[in-house]
Amino acid sequence: MKKTHNRREFIRSCSRYSLGIALAGVTGYALKDATALQWVWQVDPFKCTYCGRCATHCVLNPSAVKCVHAYALCGYCDLCGGYLKPGHIDRDTAAENQLCPTAAIERKFIEEPYYEYRINEDLCIGCAKCVEGCSAFGNGSLHLQIRHNLCVNCNECAIARVCPSDAIKRVPAYDPYLVKGSFSDDTNT
Amino acid sequence: MIPIRNNMNLRQIFSVIVKITWARKTILFIQGFMLTLLLMIAVSQEATAQQQRFPMPEFDTGYTIPDTTTPEPRSESMEYVDLSVLLAVLALTTWLVLKKRSRNWIFWLVVFSLIYFGFYRNGCICPIGAVQNLALSLFSDTYAISLTVLAFFAIPLLLALFAGRIFCAAACPLGAIQDLVIVKPIKLSPWLQKTLGLFPFIYLGFAILYAATGTDFIICRYDPFVGIFRLGAEFHMIILGISFLLIGMFVARPYCRFVCPYGALLNIGSRFSKYHLSITPSECINCKLCKDSCPFDAIDYPTEEKDVRVTKEDNRRFIWIAILLPLLIFIGGLTISGSYKLLSRAHPDVHLASLLVANPELMQETGNLDIDTFMASGKTVDMLVAEATVIQKKFRTGGWYLGGFIGLVIGLTLLNQMVFRKRSIYEANRGDCYSCGRCMDYCPVGKPDHPYHKGS
Repeated sequence: MKKTHNRREFIRSCSRYSLGIALAGVTGYALKDATALQWVWQVDPFKCTYCGRCATHCVLNPSAVKCVHAYALCGYCDLCGGYLKPGHIDRDTAAENQLCPTAAIERKFIEEPYYEYRINEDLCIGCAKCVEGCSAFGNGSLHLQIRHNLCVNCNECAIARVCPSDAIKRVPAYDPYLVKGSFSDDTNT
Repeated sequence: MIPIRNNMNLRQIFSVIVKITWARKTILFIQGFMLTLLLMIAVSQEATAQQQRFPMPEFDTGYTIPDTTTPEPRSESMEYVDLSVLLAVLALTTWLVLKKRSRNWIFWLVVFSLIYFGFYRNGCICPIGAVQNLALSLFSDTYAISLTVLAFFAIPLLLALFAGRIFCAAACPLGAIQDLVIVKPIKLSPWLQKTLGLFPFIYLGFAILYAATGTDFIICRYDPFVGIFRLGAEFHMIILGISFLLIGMFVARPYCRFVCPYGALLNIGSRFSKYHLSITPSECINCKLCKDSCPFDAIDYPTEEKDVRVTKEDNRRFIWIAILLPLLIFIGGLTISGSYKLLSRAHPDVHLASLLVANPELMQETGNLDIDTFMASGKTVDMLVAEATVIQKKFRTGGWYLGGFIGLVIGLTLLNQMVFRKRSIYEANRGDCYSCGRCMDYCPVGKPDHPYHKGS
C-alpha cells in the first residue's frame, strides 16, 4: 500500500515538473519577442475606404470610432464636400442640406469666404459619410479615428474583423492616434 | 461634368479653365470650387508633392487653427495595477483555500473580482483570451504579445501546478458571475459530464488554430458574459449570456465546466498540483456530509466493495484503446486537416478569394462591399488567391495538429475510464475542483460546534 502511494506521488511530481517545464518553455519562447508596449486599435486614414462599417460593427453603440478634423489640412471652403449633401438646395445649415445624418458637424463662419467645420463627438456615429465627401471633393481633412476615451480596447477589434480594407491595426498605446498631417504615410507614395 | 482628363497637357487644361471662367457669371459657385481644383491639378502636374487640393487660407481676423483633440487611452501603468490586483487576489485565495479554509472570505473575494475584473475592467484583460494572444504572437511575425498579457496567461497556470485552480475559485470574473447565480445545482450523470467535458479541449484547439492563422479570436468573440459586463452587446450575445446564467442556476458554472478553454489547461495543471484544497482539515471520518455540498460534482466518493473489480475484460479494453490511440490521433488529424477548406473560410481573405474564384461574374457586379473594396484596391484576383492559398496551407498543417490533439484527448479520456482507482475517503477531484471551498464548510472535523457532533 505504501509503495503504491509512493509511485503515485512520483508520477504526479514528474508530470508536474514536465508541465512546469513546458509552460516555462512556451512562456520563454513568447518572451523572446514580447514587448513592454501595450497595444490599442486605430484606423489608418490612408487605408480607410469610408465603407461605414465602423458605425455598425463596434461593440459600443454608438461606435467608439468618430470623425476627427485635421484642421491644418482643411481648406475652410464655403462649399464643403463633407458638410453639404450632393444636390443640396442652399449652402446653409438647414438639415436637408447636410450630409451628416446626425448633424454632428458644426459649421461656423470665420471670415469671408471661410467656414470652420467642427465635429460634435456626442452626435457623431462614425458613419464616414462626411469622410467620403471630404475625400472625394476636398482635402480629406475629415477622417475617422478610434477615440480612446470611449474605446474599450477589445482583445480583437470587432470592426477590424470586418473592415474591407484592413485599415484598423494595433498601434502602441504611447502614440495612439493616426491623425492626418501629424504622421507620414508610408503606404501611399 | 467638366472635360478634364489626367492625360491632358497644361494648355488643354487652361483652355478649359478659360471656358469655365467665361461661364462664371451663370454658375458662380463653381468658381471658388473648381478653379482651385483645376489650378491644383495644373500645379501638381508641375511636379510637387503637395496633395492638398485647397490651400490653407490666410486668415485676416487673427483666427488660429484649432488642434485636433486626441483623448488619451487608459494609462499604461494601469495594466500593472491590474496585474498586481490579480496577484493579490490569487495570493489571498491560495491562503484562504489552503490555510484559513474559509468559504465566507472566498465568497467576498468572488464578489470583488466580479466587480473589479468584470464590471470595472469590462472582462478584459483576462487569461482566457490571452491564450489567443500567445498563439498569435508565436505564429505571427508582426504581432508581439504584451508582457502583462503574457503574465496574465502564465501566472494562473503556474499557480495551478502548485495549488490547484485558485484562479477559477475567486479571480475569474466569468466564474464569479456564474458562481453567484447558483440556486439549486442538479447532479449530472458521469458519462454526460465526461462527454461534455471534452468540449473545452476541442474549443481550445480551435481557438489556437484560428488565432495562430490570424483569422479570428473566437474565445473573445463568443465570450457570453463580456456583453453583460459592458452592459451592452449584440442581441444574440446578450441572449447567450443570459441563457448561460439561467442554465447556471441549476447546472452550476456551465461555461467553466463545459466550455472554458483556459479551464482545460488549468484542469491538466491542477491534476498534478503539489498542494490542493482538502475537504477535511485532518482525517476524513466518512461522515458523507460533504457528499452533496459540491455543485460541480467534483467530489470523488470512496469506492464501494462491489466496485472493486479488476477483470480481464477491463485490461483487454485498456490495451485495445491504447493500441487504437495512434489511430484515433491519425483519424482526427486526417478529418480536421481534410476539412481545411471549410475551416479556412472563416478568414476574410480566403472567403473573398473562394467567392471570386467560384463566381467570377461577381467581379463585375456591384453591391457587395467587400468585393467592391477589393476591386477598387488595385490588387488582382491572382494576388488574393495566392494569399489565400498560403493561409489555407496553414490550416492544412494546423489541422493535423488540431485533429491529432482532439484524437489524443478523446483517447486519453477513454483510457482514464478503464483505470480503476481505489479510494477510501471523500476527496476533491483535482482536475474538476474549482477550490471554491463550499465542501470545507460542511466538514465537521475539527469543529466542535458542528451539528454532526451534537446529533451523535
